[in-house]
Formats: sequence, structure tokens, C-alpha cells
Amino acid sequence: MLRIPCPWCGDRDEVEFAYGGEADLAYPGDPAALTDEEWAAYLFFRDNPKGLLRERWVHAHGCRRWFELERDTVTHAIHVRGR
Amino acid sequence: MTEPHPRFLWRNPEPKSRYEVVIVGGGGHGLATAYYLAKEHGITDVAVLERSYLAGGNITRNTTIIRSNYLWDESAAIYEHALRLWEGLEEELDYDLLFSQRGVLNLAHTLQDVRDGVRRVCANRLNGIDAEWLEPAEVAEVCPVLNVSPDVRYPVLGATFQPRGGIARHEHVAWGYARAADALGVDLVQGCEVTGIELAAGRAVAVETTRGRIAAGRIGLVAAGHSSVLAAMAGLRLPVQSHPLQALVSELYDQVLDTVVMSNAVHVYVSQAHKGELVLGAGIDAYLSYAQRGSFHVIERQLQAALELFPIFARARVLRTWAGTVDVCPDASPIVGPTPVEGLFVNCGWGTGGFKATPASGFAFAWTLAHGEPHELNRPFSLERFATGALIDEHGAAAVAH
Amino acid sequence: MRFTFAGAEYEGREGETLAAALVRHGILGGFRSVERGRPRGVYSAHEEEPNALVQVGAEPMLRATLVELRDGLVAEPLAGKGRLVAAPAPRCESMHAHCEVLVVGGGASGRAAAAAARGRVILLEQGRCAPLDGVLVLDRTVALGLYERDWVLAVERGRRLWKIRARRVVLATGAIERPPLFPGNDAPGVMLASAYEAYGRPAGATPVSGGFSPRVHLWSQAGGRLRWDERIGAPVPDGELPGVECVGRVTGAGLPDAPPFALPEGDEDEVFVDLERDVTLADLRRAVGAGLRSLEHLKRYTTIGTGSDQGKTANVNAIRAAAELLGVHPGELGTTTFRPPYVPVSFVVVAGRERGPLFDPVRTTPMHPWHVAHGAVFEDVGQWRRPRFYPRDGEDMEAAVLRECAAAREHVAIQDVSTLGKIDVQGPDALEFLNRIYTNAYDSLEVGRCRYGVMCTADGMMLDDGVVMRVGERRYVCTTTTGNAARVLDWMEEWRQTEWPELRVWLTSVTEQWAVAAVVGPDARELLAPLTRVPLDAGSFPFMAIREGEVAGIPARVCRVSFSGELAFEVWVDGRRGLELWEALASAGDATPYGTEAMHVLRAEKAYPIVGQETDGTVTPHDLGMEWVISKTKRDFVGKRSLARPDTSRADRKQLVALLPVNPDALLREGSQIVAAPNERASQGHVTSSYRSAALGRTFALALVAAGRSRYGEVVYAVPPRGEPVPAEIVEAVVYDKEGSRRDGRPAA
Repeated sequence: MLRIPCPWCGDRDEVEFAYGGEADLAYPGDPAALTDEEWAAYLFFRDNPKGLLRERWVHAHGCRRWFELERDTVTHAIHVRGR
Repeated sequence: MTEPHPRFLWRNPEPKSRYEVVIVGGGGHGLATAYYLAKEHGITDVAVLERSYLAGGNITRNTTIIRSNYLWDESAAIYEHALRLWEGLEEELDYDLLFSQRGVLNLAHTLQDVRDGVRRVCANRLNGIDAEWLEPAEVAEVCPVLNVSPDVRYPVLGATFQPRGGIARHEHVAWGYARAADALGVDLVQGCEVTGIELAAGRAVAVETTRGRIAAGRIGLVAAGHSSVLAAMAGLRLPVQSHPLQALVSELYDQVLDTVVMSNAVHVYVSQAHKGELVLGAGIDAYLSYAQRGSFHVIERQLQAALELFPIFARARVLRTWAGTVDVCPDASPIVGPTPVEGLFVNCGWGTGGFKATPASGFAFAWTLAHGEPHELNRPFSLERFATGALIDEHGAAAVAH
Repeated sequence: MRFTFAGAEYEGREGETLAAALVRHGILGGFRSVERGRPRGVYSAHEEEPNALVQVGAEPMLRATLVELRDGLVAEPLAGKGRLVAAPAPRCESMHAHCEVLVVGGGASGRAAAAAARGRVILLEQGRCAPLDGVLVLDRTVALGLYERDWVLAVERGRRLWKIRARRVVLATGAIERPPLFPGNDAPGVMLASAYEAYGRPAGATPVSGGFSPRVHLWSQAGGRLRWDERIGAPVPDGELPGVECVGRVTGAGLPDAPPFALPEGDEDEVFVDLERDVTLADLRRAVGAGLRSLEHLKRYTTIGTGSDQGKTANVNAIRAAAELLGVHPGELGTTTFRPPYVPVSFVVVAGRERGPLFDPVRTTPMHPWHVAHGAVFEDVGQWRRPRFYPRDGEDMEAAVLRECAAAREHVAIQDVSTLGKIDVQGPDALEFLNRIYTNAYDSLEVGRCRYGVMCTADGMMLDDGVVMRVGERRYVCTTTTGNAARVLDWMEEWRQTEWPELRVWLTSVTEQWAVAAVVGPDARELLAPLTRVPLDAGSFPFMAIREGEVAGIPARVCRVSFSGELAFEVWVDGRRGLELWEALASAGDATPYGTEAMHVLRAEKAYPIVGQETDGTVTPHDLGMEWVISKTKRDFVGKRSLARPDTSRADRKQLVALLPVNPDALLREGSQIVAAPNERASQGHVTSSYRSAALGRTFALALVAAGRSRYGEVVYAVPPRGEPVPAEIVEAVVYDKEGSRRDGRPAA
């Protein structure tokens, strides 16, 4: 049972949250200007790192706010707490 | 001990400095690929590079369900090809795989489940795949220990049934392919981790490994959960995400369950192996992870589901839980074919459904590596489909919550 | 007390285990091994027991060393395999606890660590344990797993699950004795020296010891490293693990030197490495001879460590023997992976309270008691129970639905539509937000009006649909489908918070705050008029308008939306007064209550898609013929870019059409695949919805067919799971009242 640090509510059990995958995937400013490959890169292609990952969580059964943190995908240790 | 395994399995050769084909990943699909390269195409100058010990990854961590009852024509073709290969595999590999075609039930618990189930049955039949729609009373005949009472939270409203589906013993399959490949001259190199992919003028020409540099005519990446890690070595990103997928076994009991049973709505899938253990699985853990472990609440929920369906399991006991690392694709379908890097090919994205596909995945990927282009079976499962939008969405038929 | 073992009765003592009693009675055998049927007997005194497995009633595979005797206990010996028996199973409890320090192991070092600890302290001991001041002592409680270094799963008395979050974990788990390797080391009477002492040195028994193996399981589960300790001949914890500490014999301290190890002389097929799995040294030698070099391979080849004891007395011997056979140092081989649970735990214990009616919450609307009282047959829609139809006088579903549909089209009918999701969207940027999320544009939507809307995934596939109501300058209420309410709200929040944080808009679920009844049919006005002062005529209350007022004395919001094509009023009231509203409507005239089945037919006659039935995550609004709902003027909305991809904009995609079976009485099976000719195998699509229509006096269906909209008039075949292909003509999707003339009430004669 991971413990996820919600920036507003503190450390809570993982079952209170929903997972949002990799962070830092900015929605393109002008999707119409992108090629199909570029659009696919945004929509589907991911780093999927073995190691440190900046990712998104939402406190679905709590304050319902989205935040990011940095977690190691091998040890599950959370290195940078949420903002 | 009875003797299910042969007296000799494989050599432990030193890797050569060059091979015509290098396969990265000594799991089920990689070993099958090596076998078919040698057997079907006469290409034996092949190495399978495995960073740890052979068949230590998802191939021996899954719940061993074999079926071909997927929805779309493209999926049906490749999974059914796999099933036909399964049906001759014990003889072909001369290895007891404990392959048992005991039937697979996919349960429906809502009116929409029924529509979706009937749709899949009808699609399967058009594709020449054995499929039946069963009403609850017929389901009870096929599987007497399943609770089809209307007085439960989500009653069984029917099920799809594939009689030719079933189970096999996973390490026997992997070792069967490994032994056969080794006997045909393929080098199985263990304790050999790929740490880099060397490119020359945009073409993949060699791999750097913990046992030295190995040049290759063609390189096939078949590393399931580690596919992104390897692809990144060639500057590539993939649309896969690696998640834990847990499974568990019970202690040994006299046989009570003769069929494989899967439910999406009351989410669990279960079979009872030949030795007597119950084998169960359910959905992935939501977060990205390479740790091969997941959280306990996933186990709790699947056992709640298991007891809804099988009251007789109440006093069965969990003996061991574990997890693999599954590479999940946005459409729950695999990626098998060339990459934008010349000489580099990828076979991944099988996610939660790789075991059943093992023979066809190996067969199709071997063909691809031999010819430099996809076989008819894997042509639809290209990287390009993510750009064109021609996704092959099998979330429903995958029967594993994502 | 008396107990029975293998059919014979014996006397037992209070507090004795079954194994102790058997040994006391001189029963040093009495068991058989799983594969070779070798005679076996009690070998140990604790959870590591490999031989003495029993079935007690419905409980399979209990270790006799852990079975506490009670009067009348009946135990049968098992040969490695138990029996599952149908029997009532109690609902089990689950406890949660938080503490500063959790100590696992109630021996001397564990108790000392617990006594010295500050703050809230919990001590787990799998056997019996004396109380300790200031410490919550849970005895007869086994720690099953240490997850992520600070979460422990334990089971108390085999029945109650504990989930403990600890700031620090101290492992004082001690060590397990292992047997030496020699031919016949499995014979009845041979037992571990520590067990021999524990049982009071029974006559005829032979104590043996091959050394002690620290119980490193939890340390290793949590990711702790191990190193080979030469002196004790077993792995011990190595290095640091944040938040987890090992004390006492589990570290190796205080354990005796292991006897020197060498492969024994004699028949290797009689030297047992894993007693429970019947695996011998000969088997291990064979595995090595097959070319296997890693411990995991050897384990899989021989099945060492895979029994219900998970190799507790076998694994270390396997490492030592394998190292000898391979000519390597045991430390090079490592160990096999330690996994939870430490001892087996029953499914029913893990499942806890969420069984039977508590498996998943049941959601019902405020009108539910009325539906039940009036004989409604229900359908599960997500967690909701919705009335499917209301049979009268022994009607079957077909008759009931025909009657309910006829009432809706010819007179007046009412439906409880409270389950639809409702999301309050307000703020200065509410309009901008809606324009970005939905495919259509809302700029021209005035206060007091509503508009149908569709939202797509970023992949361009239809996600949900509903009605957007503008109830104020900067305030809207959006409805969603019943099953997608939570998903849509989550989707909206994700975009709002993570992509568009600059927008000043706030979202609130109001699904349960409003109860809604639909009043449907040409005589809907006549039913409602006496209950309200809101003018209902078409001039005062146009289609897709919203009016506020009172209905049946209850403050209400009324909208003219229609999911049937008939004149219809949706009456929204405070959720707490939903039943009151419904009862008023039901008794105001002779309105016919109708359920989801009739609703399905009515909307299908108008070709209104149902998300999740006509769509499956691969269908675009254009596929459904809803080009009009995709704005041509908005610069962007979620999904827009994807709609322009080659495959997503292909002309021959599957499109929504209606099918009229050539035989007007033939009901197509929903899910049937469609082919061009009876003997063809290439699928052209499938039947999504199929009904008997009261209004048409015949059957019809909706289907997704490749390039369907350019194939009107073509006869295709719907192939059911059993039976012959059924011919049906492809026609335009709307089969009833194409012109929409019934929308404002009974058309002029």
C-alpha cells in the first residue's frame, strides 16, 4: 500500500487516489499545425522510465485536487513531494 | 519426484562477437522467436540475450490462460494462429506442456455485458473460431461450482464459451522452446544485459552488453515490461506503459474447477492447475512500476470477486502472491514489427495477454526478422497505427482491468 | 478432551497442539508424502512443518503443529493436498492500526525492543505471548507481509486481518531449524532437535539438526539485501533498509555454528531436500545436469520450495546442495524471491466484509420504494438499480414493454431518470470551459435554454453525451449518462486543473441532489397542468427551454427535453422530495410508469445513440451521423485533432443505420454480426440494439455497418450465435417520425 503525499491533506493511503501517469505532457498549443506523427507523440508515446519519474496523481477520495510528485518506479520511493 | 523435464535442456555458451540475428529478451516470446527463426527459416546464427536467467520474467508470472476469443478480425487472426500452434506444440517440441483444452468462460453480469459477449461470439464464429453463447443454466452445466444464482449482487446473465481454450504449464513452454532452439544451434546467453544499442548511419548494428559488444545483422527487442528501456537506447519512444500485474496461487486441492473462468464485472480470472492449485489474477496496479510487486488491496478485491463467483473457494488459502511487469498499450493490442531505426525490430505491448499468444508472436516475429518486413499476421500491429488512428481496441476482450 | 485422528479417538490436553498430542501418544508417523507416498510423521513444532498436514472439517491443509486442540476435533491426515468443501463461510473482520513502532516476534529480543520503544508500539507474535506494559500485544498473530517497508499485513488466529502502518518496523523473527541431509532423513520419528525438545524428548524419536536459517522473509520482501553467513550456513540480513531493523537471532547472532556441510554418501534418491515436495538430492543433481545454473531454475525444475510450507525447512539446504553440485560458493547463488504471505491465509479472511450484498454498494433513487412496491423488475446500470419494466397481471417483458411504449407515444407515461449524472459548472469562464470540453459550441445558448452535447476523448472517440442547461449567466448544469457520471466529472476536473488552470470555473457533482422524473407523451401537458402554474403551451414553453416554478407544491426546474421524440417535460426537484414528486405524478392521472427497456425502444426509434451500446470507445460522433454536433467554428476542442487522422476520417468507417428485417416479425439478436450475403464471412459490422416497435407494429434494429449511410436499400444478413442468418434492409437510422412532428404534442390531424 503506497503512501501518497497529498500537498493539501498530507500522507494518505494509495486507495484514496487515482493515477494520472507521466507529468510534463503539455497539450500542444496548436494541434492543427501538428502532423499525425507529432499528434501521436503527444497522445500516446511516453518515456516510461525505469527509475525516477515525474508523475501526476489526484486525491480522488479526498480533496480531489491534482498534483505532481517524483517517484522511483523501481523502489517506489517518493523523492520529491507533491505540489 | 516424477520426471516432467528432460535430462538435458540447453548449453551455456559464451556469446560470439556477431550474429545474424540478436534477440534481446529470453522470455517466452523471445525464445519462441528464436525457435521459429531456426526451424521455419533455417536461420540459426541467432543469439537470445537474457539479462538474468531464461524465462524469469512475465512468461513464468502469468496465469497461463490460453484462448483466441478476441473481438477484432486482426486480433482473432493472430491469437487463433497461436491456438492452432498450441494444439500441435507438445509434439513439435517433444515436451510435456500440460496443455489442457478445458474451455474458457467469459461471464456476463449486465445487459450490456450480454450484448458485448454475443457480439464477440458472433465475430469469433465468422472468423472460424469456436465460440458459443451460454445462458446461465448452460453455464452451470459447464461449471457446476460457479454460483449462477440470481440472488447475488451481480448475477451471471450468461457467458461466452471457447471450448478449445485452456491452460498450459508456463515454464514447460518456455523451456520447451529454449531446448528446441538450443538444439537447432541458437545460442542462449544468460546473465547478459544489453546496456546500449549502437547505431551507424542511422542503422542498428550492434548491442553493448555486460558480456561485451555483439554485432548483429538484425536486432529484435522482445523484452515486455522493459521495452521502453531498450527502445530508449536507440533514441526511440514507445506508446507503452509498464505496470505491475499481480497473480496468486493457492495450496493444492482435489480438483473442483475444470474450466477457466473470467469475469470483467466481478473482476477475477481463475483456473485450477493440473497439480491442484488455484491460479488467480485480476487487474493491473494503476501506477507505473518495474518492481514486480503490487499492492495488497488488489488481491483483496480479486478474492472478494472470487468468492462471489465460487463460494466453495472460501477456505482455499493464498499460498503465494507475485507480480510481473506488463507493457500496456493504449489499445490493449501489441506492437510487432519494424521500428523507424533500420535493422531494429520490436515485439512488445502484449500487456496482460502475452502468454496465450506466445507461439504466434514468435512465429510472426521470426518471419518479420527473416524478411525485414511484417508477416500478414502482425502487419496491423504496427507503430504507425498510433499516428493514423487505426487502433485495435481490445480492452473488453483482454478481460483484465487497466 | 477427546479428538479424532485418522478415524481413531485420543485424549487431548488443554492448550496442546494436534502435533504435540499425536507425538505424546506415540504417533510418530501417520502421514504420507504427496508425490511418492512415503510414510511421514510430525517433523517440527511450528509453521515450518512439512509433513503433518490435516483436513479438519471444511478446513484443508492445516498444519498439525498449529492446530489447537478442542473437544470433538476431527482431523484427517492429508498427503500434500486438501479438499474444498461447500460450507457456510463467516464474514471476517479487518482491523487497521497505526503505530510508531511495530515489532514482529515476541521472543526475548522482540520484547526487549518493544519495551524500549517510544510512542504507540505494537508487538506481533505468532504463538502465545505474555502481555507487555504499554504495548499492544497481538499474539497468535502472524505477520504475512511487509509491503513498501512500512505497511504490515497480519492475520490474528487465522481469522482477523490486521493492516498496520508503522513508522518503524523491528524484525525479531528468529530462525527456523533445518534438517541435515542424509539418506532416510524423512523417516517417521526423525524430527528437528528443537521440536524434539519442545515435545519433551518423545521415546522412539530421533532429533536431528542441520543448523538454523534466520527468518529473513519480511526483510527480503521489503527489499532488504541478504548475504551468506559462513558460520551459520544461511543467508542473513545485510546492509540498511530505511525504517526497518533486524534484532536478535534473525541477524544470525546467538545461533549455533552450522554443522560442516558436505553432500552425503548413499542413495541420493533417499536424501530429501524438500520434504513436502518430495524432492531429493538426486533430483537436484539431475537439474544441474540439465544445464541449469540459477537457483530459480533449479527451483522450477525440481519444485523445491513450492509446497504449502514454501520450503521453510528446504530452501537453505537447497542453496547449500546446489552450490556443492555447481562448484560455487553459496553466496553466489543468492536466494529465491520471498513473497507474501509468510504462511497461507484463507480467501475468506482476505475478502473480509465485502461479500454478498456488501460486495459493491447498491445505489437507488429516492423513488425506489415506489418502484419496488409496484412490482418493477430491475436492471443493474453500474452500481444503480434501475426499473427495467413494470409487469402487470402476469405480463412478460415483451408485453410490458409494448404496453409502456404505446402509452408513451399515445397517451402519457413517466420515467424515473434520477440516475443520470448532473454536474454544476459555474464561473466567469464556464462557457469557455464547455466549449473546450464538448464538441459543439455553446456561445449562443441563452439563459433558460438547454442543448444536447457530446464529448470525445483526446483520441476523438465518443466518450459521453448529455444535455447542457444554462441556468444562469455564468452557470450551467450538464447531464451525463448514468454509468459515466463519475468518469465525466473526473475527466472535466483533470482538464480544468491540469491543462486550463487559468480558467475560472468550478465543478460540482449534483447527481444526488436532484431527483428527476420525465413526463412523456402527447397528453403530458394534461397530466402536468393541474400540478403547476408554469405555462406549458408550446408558445410559452418551447422545446429545449427551462422553466422554474413549483410542481405538486415542490420547487422545481422543468426542462423540455425528449429522449423519445414525444412531447416531454423533465421535472427536477430536490433529491429529498423525489418520492413525493413521483407519487404526485403517479396519482395525478393514469400515467404509465415505464422503465429502461421501454426507454431503450423509444429512443432507438429516433436513432438516439446510447453511449456504451452504440459506442464502444472506437466510435466517433461522425460515425453516428452526428456531424452537426461537431463545431466547424471552434478552433479546438478535446478530440478535434484526432478526428482529422486518416483512419478516423475514413469514408468507409462503420456508420449508424437502422435495419428492418425482411420478415417484420423477426427480432434480430443484439450483437449479431452483419455480412453481405448468407455464406460470407467478412464482418460488415454488428447489431447494437434490436426491438419490437409498438409504434411501427414490427421489429427493427440499430446497427453499425461499414459505409452504412451509402447503402440504404441494400439487404444484408445478421448472423446470430445460433441459427440462420436473418436478412434485413439497411435504412436511414430514424425509423419513426423523421420530421420530428410529435415533439410539441399530438400533430394536428
